[in-house]
Amino acid sequence: MTDATASGVPAGKHTSGSLLEQNPRTKRRNAAEARFKMYGMAAVGIGLVFLVLLLVAIVRNGVPAYTQTFLSLPIELKAEALDKNGNRDLDDIRKVSTFGYNPLLDEALLRVVADNGIESDYSGADLRKMISSSAAAQVRDYVLTHPADIGETVEFRVLASSRVDGYLKGRVVREDLERDKNLDAAHLDIIDVLRDEGVVSRTFNWAFIFGADASESRPEQAGIGVSMLGSLFMMIVVLLLSLPIGVAASIYLEEFAPKNRWTDLIEVNISNLAAVPSIVFGILGLAVFIQFMHLPQSAPLVGGLVLTLMTLPTIIISTRASLKSVPPSIRDAALGVGASKMQSVFHHVLPLAMPGILTGTIIGLAQALGETAPLLLIGMVGYIASNYPDGVASGFLDPNSAMPAQIYEWAKRADPAYYERAWGGIIILLLFLMTMNIIAVILRRRFERRW
Amino acid sequence: MPATWIFLIVLALAAIGYVLGRGRALASAGGDSRHLHSLPSYYGANAALLAMVPALLVLVIWLFAQPLVIQNRVEHLVPETSYETEGELSLVMSDVRRIAEGLDLAVERGALSADEASDIRVEFTDIRERLGSVGVALGSDVQAPMLAAAKAWREMNATGNLIRSIAVVLVALGGFGLGLMRAEKDFRARNSVEKVIKGLLILAASLAILTTLGIVLSLLFNTIEFFRLYPALDFFFGTTWAPSFGGGSELGILPLLWGTFYISLIALAVAVPIGLFAAVYLSEYASPAVRSFAKPMIEVLAGIPTIVYGLFALLTVGPLLFQAFGPGTLGWMGGGRAVMTAGLVMGIMLIPFVSSLSDDIINAVPQAMRDGSLGLGATKSETVKQVVLPAALPGIVGAILLAASRAIGETMIVVLGAGAAARLSLNPFEAMTTVTAKIVSQLTGDADFASPEALVAFALGMTLFVITLGLNIFALWIVRKYREQYE
Amino acid sequence: MYDSPSLETKVTDKAIKIAAQNVQVFYGDTHAIKDVNVQIQDKTVTAFIGPSGCGKSTFLRCLNRMNDTIDICRVEGDILLDGEDIYDKRVDPVQLRAKVGMVFQKPNPFPKSIYDNIAYGPRIHGLAKSKADLDEIVERSLRRGAIWDEVKDRLHAPGTGLSGGQQQRLCIARAVATEPEVLLMDEPCSALDPIATGQVEELIDELRDSYSVVIVTHSMQQAARVSQKTAFFHLGNLVEYGETSQIFTNPVDSRTESYITGRIG
Repeated sequence: MTDATASGVPAGKHTSGSLLEQNPRTKRRNAAEARFKMYGMAAVGIGLVFLVLLLVAIVRNGVPAYTQTFLSLPIELKAEALDKNGNRDLDDIRKVSTFGYNPLLDEALLRVVADNGIESDYSGADLRKMISSSAAAQVRDYVLTHPADIGETVEFRVLASSRVDGYLKGRVVREDLERDKNLDAAHLDIIDVLRDEGVVSRTFNWAFIFGADASESRPEQAGIGVSMLGSLFMMIVVLLLSLPIGVAASIYLEEFAPKNRWTDLIEVNISNLAAVPSIVFGILGLAVFIQFMHLPQSAPLVGGLVLTLMTLPTIIISTRASLKSVPPSIRDAALGVGASKMQSVFHHVLPLAMPGILTGTIIGLAQALGETAPLLLIGMVGYIASNYPDGVASGFLDPNSAMPAQIYEWAKRADPAYYERAWGGIIILLLFLMTMNIIAVILRRRFERRW
Repeated sequence: MPATWIFLIVLALAAIGYVLGRGRALASAGGDSRHLHSLPSYYGANAALLAMVPALLVLVIWLFAQPLVIQNRVEHLVPETSYETEGELSLVMSDVRRIAEGLDLAVERGALSADEASDIRVEFTDIRERLGSVGVALGSDVQAPMLAAAKAWREMNATGNLIRSIAVVLVALGGFGLGLMRAEKDFRARNSVEKVIKGLLILAASLAILTTLGIVLSLLFNTIEFFRLYPALDFFFGTTWAPSFGGGSELGILPLLWGTFYISLIALAVAVPIGLFAAVYLSEYASPAVRSFAKPMIEVLAGIPTIVYGLFALLTVGPLLFQAFGPGTLGWMGGGRAVMTAGLVMGIMLIPFVSSLSDDIINAVPQAMRDGSLGLGATKSETVKQVVLPAALPGIVGAILLAASRAIGETMIVVLGAGAAARLSLNPFEAMTTVTAKIVSQLTGDADFASPEALVAFALGMTLFVITLGLNIFALWIVRKYREQYE
Repeated sequence: MYDSPSLETKVTDKAIKIAAQNVQVFYGDTHAIKDVNVQIQDKTVTAFIGPSGCGKSTFLRCLNRMNDTIDICRVEGDILLDGEDIYDKRVDPVQLRAKVGMVFQKPNPFPKSIYDNIAYGPRIHGLAKSKADLDEIVERSLRRGAIWDEVKDRLHAPGTGLSGGQQQRLCIARAVATEPEVLLMDEPCSALDPIATGQVEELIDELRDSYSVVIVTHSMQQAARVSQKTAFFHLGNLVEYGETSQIFTNPVDSRTESYITGRIG
C-alpha cells in the first residue's frame, strides 16, 4: 500500500492560481450553470403561464354567461285571442298553443318600437327575431296560472334572443350579421335605441345557475341547474359506496391480509386499475350495468356506480397511506390491554386515520365530479335535461345529465352562445372542485398529526 | 314483491335479531354481563349478521342469475324463422323484454288490469298503441310469437320473484333463528362476529379483482362477437377507417393507432422537458418560498378536469393555432382541430403529472450523492446532469411511461380538439382521430349493439386496455425496482 | 514547499495551510460555532474531536463551504486558505472545492462504474487532455487510494458493488483525483468495520505526505493513531488545540481532560 508516493506528481498543479480570480474554465462552467438554472425557471414559468392562460380563458369567456339580456314588454292579453268563449275555462285556454300567442308578442313589440320613436318597416314577425322563442311559452304559462289577468296589459320580462344577447356582450359584431339569416344590422339599431331607453337591459342570470338545459335553438334559455342535481345524485352514490368499500378494503389489506398470492393479486389489480383509462370504465359500465343488468340508461345511479369503480383505487391508496401512518405502538397498546385485533383496528387505528381517509375521499370525489368520458358511454349526454327530478328515487333513476357531460354537450352544439355557456358551466364546476379541495386541505391541516 | 321490500324485511329481521340476541344472552347470564364470554352487543350483532349477510348474498346472486335463466328459456320460445343471426336474436329478445316490461308498466299505471295483461291477444288489441299510451314506445307492431314469448317472460319473472322472496326470507329467518339459539353465555360471540366482518372486508378488497374481471370479460365477449362479424386481420392491419351504418364498413385500426400515437408523442414532447426541468428546478434550486408557491400552483393543472382542457383546445388553442398556421399565413392548417392542438393541450395537462412524479423520484436520490459531487467541486447543474439524473433515470423513464399511458387513454381532449377524420398523415396540423375518440363516437350513436360498427368499439377498447395495461405494468415495475435500490 | 508569508505567528515549523479567525456559525437562531481560531498545517493530519453535536463537523464543512448548500446556515469571521479569504465574494465555491476535497461519513460512490467515479472530478475540472491522460489519472488516483490492486480488473463494474471499506477508499481516491491541496474527512470510518477502518487509517497516514488532511472523528483512539495535531471542540467552542501527544497525555483544559478520560461525551 505504498502507491501514494509512487505518483510523484505535485499536488495542486491546476489550482495554483489565486482563489480570488475565476479561471476561464470556472467562468464557462458558471455560465452553463446559470443557463441550466434559467431553463428550470423557464419551465416553471411556462407551467404557471399555461395555468394563468387557462384561467384567463375560462373567466373571460365564461363570465358573460352569468348575465342575460331581457326586454321589458307590456303585453296586452287580449281576450278574443286567448279565450274566445269568454268563460275563462282553463281547458279552453289550454287549447291555445304557443303559436296563438305570437300575434300578441308581435303587437307588443311593434308598440314598443313605435313608442320609442323608432322608424322601422319591420313587421311584428321580423321584430320577434330579437326575442327568444321561449317568450310565447313564458306568456302562455303566465296566462294559465293567472287566467283572471286575461284582458289586462301585463309587463313581461322576456329573454332577448341569443344573437341580441351576444351583441350586447360584444360577442356578435355587425359584420357577423351579413351571413346571418335571423338578424340584420337594422335590428341592432333598434336594440341600440331600446337599450338607451332602458327597455333592453342585462341582469344577473339566475336561470343559468338553477335552470334546465334548452333545445339547440334557444341557448339564451339554457341553464346548468338540473345537471348539477344529476352530478349531486351521482356523487351521493359514489360517496355511499366508495367510502365504506374503500375503507373496508384498505383495512383488510393494511391490517389483516396475509402475504399470499391472493393479496398480491389484489394489490396488483388496485395499482393497475388506478391507471386504466377512464373510458374503459365507461365501456365496463355500458356492458355490465346497462347491457347485462338492464339498469336504466342515462341514470345518475349508473353513472355513480361507474364512477365508484373508477374512484375506488384512489380512495384505497390514500386510505392505506393514512392507516400506515398510525404508528404500531397504538395497535400494541390496544392489544396489550386485551383488545382483539379487530377491536384495536376499529376502536383505535381507524378513528386516528379518519382525517386522512376523509381527505383522500374528498379528493377522489372531486376527481369523479370532473370526469366526463365514462358518462358519454352510459348515455348521460345528448339528453336534454329539461326538468328537475320529481323526488329522490327519480333523481337516482330518471335520465339526467351531469355537469361535465352538460358542458360537453354545449361544446358540441357549435354555437358561440352555447360556447359561452360551456365556459360558464366550467366556472361552476371549478368552484365546486376548488371548494372540495380547500375542505380537504383544511381537514389535513387541522387534524394532521405528526407521530 | 320488489327487491327493495325484501331488502327492508331482511333489515328489519336483523334489527329485531340484534335486540333479541342481546337480551337472550344477558338473560342466560342472569342479567350480569360479566358472566358472558363477550360483550352483550356482540351476541346481538351475531344474530343480526347471521340474519342479514347470507340472505342478502342470496338476494344479490338471485338478482343476477334470474334474468340470465329467464333469457335463456325464453329464447327457445322465439321461433327460429324470425331471426337469422345471433345479433338479430338479441334484437328480438330486447323487443320481447320491452313488451313484457311495457305490460307490467301498463298494469301498474292502471291502463290494463292484471288479468287483461295476461290474456291479451294480438288479434284483439293494438298492443303497440296500448303500450304507447303508457309511454312505452315499440319499434314495430307486435307479432303473435313475440307476444307469447313476452307473456312467458312475465310469467317466469313473476314466479321467479315469488320464489326469490320466499327463499331470501327463509334464509334470513334461518340465520335469525341460529343467531338467537347461539345467544347463550358460553358462546364466543365476538370471535364469530369478527370472523364475519373479516369475511366482509375480504369481499370489499376483492372487488378490485372483480372490477378487472368485469372489464376483461365485457371487452372480451363483445370483441369476440365483433371478430365473428368482421375479420380480425382486417381490423388489425386495415389502413382505412370508414364506418357506415348501412353496412360495408371498413374498420382498420391503424389510422386510429397512428393518430393516438402521434398526439401522445406531441403531448410528451411538450410535457417531458417542461415537467422534468420544472421538477429539477423546484427540487434542486428553488427557495422554500418559491417551491411552496409554484409546486401547488403547477399541481392545480392536474386537478382541472379533462373536459376543461377539451374546451380550451377547441375554443382557445385551436383558433390561436389556426390564426398562426392557417390559410392566412402559412396555410398548413385547415381548421382549428388538429393533432397539434390536441397534443399541445394534452402536453399542458401532463406537465404536473411528469413534474410531480419526477420530483418524488429526484428527491429519492440520497443527499449523500449530491454532497459527494458538490464536495468534488461540481456545480449544481453538473451534479444534476451527471449524478442525480442518471441515478434517477429508471424512475424517470417509469414516470414518462405512465404519462404516455395517460396520453394514450385520454378522451375528452381528443374528442373535442383532434377532429374526427381518421387519417394516416405526417402533417401535425391536420385533423386526425384516436382510438378513444372513436370508441365514443361508435357507442354514442343510436346504433344497435349487434352491428359491427358498434361492436368495433369494444375491440378498440380491448386494444386500448391491453396497450395501457402493458405500459402501466412495465412502468410500475421499473419504478418499484428503482425505489428498492434506495431503500 | 509552500510559504505563506502573510500569516502571523507560526505554531510550528510547518507551513500554515488554513487559518481560521473568529469564526462564528449560525443555523437560523442557533449559534453553532462560537469564535473559533485555529491554524491548520500543511502536510499534517489534524483531528477534530469532541462529543456529538459539539460543532466539529459543522466547522469542517465551513472549510470548503459545503455549508453553502444549507439555506439557513450563516458564517462569520475569516477563513484563510493560503492567505486568501475563502468567504470573499469573489471566490467561487466550485473552484474552492477543487482545492479542498471532502470525504463523507458514509461511503457515497455514484451509481456509475468505478472508472467513471474517479474520472468524474477530473472531467468536470478539465484536468485531462486526452483519454490516455484520463486513464493515467484514474490509475494514479486509485493507486493513491490504495485500492488499485483490488479493482484494476473491473474498472467498469459499478462502484456501488464494492464492499463498504472499498467504497470509502474509492471515495478517497475520487477526492484525490481532482488533485486537491487539502482533504477534509468527516468521520470517514464511522460506517466501516475494524479491518476496513485499519486500511483507511493506513491510507490517511500515507496521504499526509502530499496533503493537509483534516479529519473529524468521534473515536479518540483513531485521533491518537492517525493525527499529529488535535483540536477538541465542546459546545461550539474550540477548547484546546495542540500536538496530539500533548492533548492526550497532558491536556491543559479541564474539559479536555474530562472528555478524554471519558467523563463527558
